[in-house]
Amino acid sequence: MGGSDRARPTGPHAMRGPSGDRSLRARVTMAVLVVFVAMTALASMGIGAAGVSLPQVLSKLWSGEALSLREQVVIFDIRLPRLFTGLLVGASLAVSGAVMQGLFRNPLADPGIVGVGAGAGLGAVLAIVLGSFLPAAVLAMVGAHIIPLAAFLGGWAATMILYGVSTRQGRTSVATMLLAGIALGALAGALTGILVYIADDQQLRDLTFWGLGSLAGASWTKLAAAAPIMLAALIAAPMLARALNGLALGEAAAAHMGIAVQRMKTLAILTVAAATGAAVAVSGGIGFIGIVVPHLLRLLMGPDHRFLLPAAACLGAGLLLLADMIARLVIAPAELPIGIVTAVLGGPVFLWILLRRRGIVDM
Amino acid sequence: MIRSLLAPFLLAAAVATPVAAQDRVVVVGGGLAEIVYALGQEDRLVGRDTTASFPPAVNDLPDVGYMRALSPEGLLRLDPDLIIASEGSGPPETIAIMQNAKIPFVQVTEETSVASVMERVSTIAQTLDAADAGRALVARLQAQFDDLSQVTAQVSAPRRVMFILSAQDGRINTAGAGTGAEAMIELAGAVNAFDDIEGYRLLTDEAIAAAAPDVILMMDRDGAHALSDDGIRAHPALGLTPAAQSGRIVRMDGIFLLGFGPRTAEAARALHDAVYPTTPPRQEG
Repeated sequence: MGGSDRARPTGPHAMRGPSGDRSLRARVTMAVLVVFVAMTALASMGIGAAGVSLPQVLSKLWSGEALSLREQVVIFDIRLPRLFTGLLVGASLAVSGAVMQGLFRNPLADPGIVGVGAGAGLGAVLAIVLGSFLPAAVLAMVGAHIIPLAAFLGGWAATMILYGVSTRQGRTSVATMLLAGIALGALAGALTGILVYIADDQQLRDLTFWGLGSLAGASWTKLAAAAPIMLAALIAAPMLARALNGLALGEAAAAHMGIAVQRMKTLAILTVAAATGAAVAVSGGIGFIGIVVPHLLRLLMGPDHRFLLPAAACLGAGLLLLADMIARLVIAPAELPIGIVTAVLGGPVFLWILLRRRGIVDM
Repeated sequence: MIRSLLAPFLLAAAVATPVAAQDRVVVVGGGLAEIVYALGQEDRLVGRDTTASFPPAVNDLPDVGYMRALSPEGLLRLDPDLIIASEGSGPPETIAIMQNAKIPFVQVTEETSVASVMERVSTIAQTLDAADAGRALVARLQAQFDDLSQVTAQVSAPRRVMFILSAQDGRINTAGAGTGAEAMIELAGAVNAFDDIEGYRLLTDEAIAAAAPDVILMMDRDGAHALSDDGIRAHPALGLTPAAQSGRIVRMDGIFLLGFGPRTAEAARALHDAVYPTTPPRQEG
C-alpha cells in the first residue's frame, strides 16, 4: 500500500495517473473477489447445521440417484433460497453504500444516514404492530409478506419525501438532502418509538429480532418478489460509474465533462432506494456492509467507480454469505441474527480503517 | 375450534409415521415442555426452545433458539419426527419448510385459562400417544382446580392485587386486562387492581396511588428488575398503597406463576394462600 491510497475519491485523474499500475491492481483485486464469492457460495451450500454434505448430494445428482427428502429440503428449500438472498442482499447493501458515498462525496454516507433505512424500519414496525388491524381481504392478499412489503414501501416513501424536499426547479441539493435525511430519520425513529410503546410483549420481541436482521426467513416466494428490484438496481449502478467519478471533482466540473448531473443524481437516488428498500425488506436491518465494504475496497483498489461498484457487489455478497455461515453455525441448532455478526465483524474493521486513514492522510 | 384446526396435522402425523415411532420430539414453548414431563414422556424429547426452563432437566436438551425465530436447519439437524409448538411459534417460513420435509408440526393453543391448560394437556397426550397418562393428568388437575374453586368461593371481600412485571429505574410495569398474570390473580380468588388497562403497561405514579392495591405480587428475581420491600416502601407511589403499608408483598417464581402448565392449580393455590394468609402478614409475604 503506497501513500497514494486515499479513502476519498480523487476523480478520473487518479486512474489515468502515473501508470496502468492501478488498473492492473483493480483487475487482480476483482479476480480475487470473484473467486472469493464463488468459494463462499459453495461453502454456504455445503455447510449447515443439518449436516447435509454438498459433495454427497452432487454425486447423487450426477449418478441419477434419488435424493432423500431431507437432502431435498435442506438444499432446495433452505440453502438455495438463502444463498441467492444473501448474494443479492449483500451486493445491494454494498453497492448502495458505494453509490451513496460517491453521490454525497462523503465517505461516511450510507443509506442509513439519509433515512431510507429508518423509513423501511418504520414500515416494518407498522406492519408488526398494526398489521392485524388491516382488512381481512388485504391480509389474505399479502399474507406473510406484509412485513417485507411494508418495509419496502416505507423505504420508498422516505426516499420520495427526501427527494421532494431537496429538489427545487429540477435541481437536487445534496447538502439539503443529507440534512433532510437526518430529520426524516429522527421522525421515523420517533414514530417507531410510539409504536414500540403500544406494542405488546410478543410484538416487542419480533421488533427486536427484525431490527437485528436475518436471512433465516429466506424463501423462494420472498426472493421472487425482491430479486427483480435488487437485480435492476445492481444492473443500473455500473452505469453511474463514470458520472460518479466526474462528480468527485465537483458538480460544476462534472457538468463541464458533459455529465447530465441532475439526471445522474436522480438515477443514483432511485437505485439506492430500490436496492436498500428491497434488501431491508427481505432481511431486516443488517448494518456495516454498506459502509465498510466500499471503504475497504478504496484502500485496496483506489476510488475509480468503474471498478469499485462491481467489486463492492462481490465483496458485499461474499462477506454477507460468510457472516450468514457464522450466524448459522456458532450456536447451532439455534442461530444468531446476522446483524449481530456483521456488526461484530464490521465494527473493528471500520475502526481499523479509520486509524489507518489517520496515519496516512493527515486529518 | 382449535381441535378442528389441528386435525390435519394430527392426521398427517398418523399417516406419516406410526405413532410409536415418534421417538424424536422437539418441544417449543415453555409450558409445553413441562406438560411432556408431567406425562412421563420426557425420554422422547431431543430438543427444546429458549423459553423452556422447567423442570431443570429440560436445560440439558439442545436449545433450538427463541420460539418465534426458529432456524429450519437447526430443527432438521435434530432429525425430529414430531415438533410440538405453541401457537405463536415461527417464523412461518420455518413451519412451511417442516411441512415440506413431512415433519408434523403440531401447534397448541397458548391461551391463559384453565380450559386451555386442559386442552394443551389432552392435545399433547394424544399427539404423543399417551392418552391414558393424559386422562390421568387431566383428572388430577381437575380435582386440584375444583378444590381451589371451593376455597376461593369462600372469599367474601376479594383483595385487589397489583402485579409488578418489572421496576427498572423506579418505573413500574404492571399487568392489565387479558394478561396471564390477571388470569392467575382471578384464579386465586382476587381481582386485578389494573383491570381497566390492556396488556403489560408502564404506569404513572398517580395511577398507582389511585388504584390502591391491597397486595403487590412480583416474580422472584434479582438484578435491575428486582424490588426489595424497602424499595417498595421508599417508592413515592408504591409506598402510599395499602399493600406496602400492611406489608402484603408476595414473590413467586415466574415460570411457576405464569407457566400455565401442570403446576398452575398448585401455583394459584399458593397465590391464594399468600393473598389471604390465615396468620397475620409477615414482612416477607
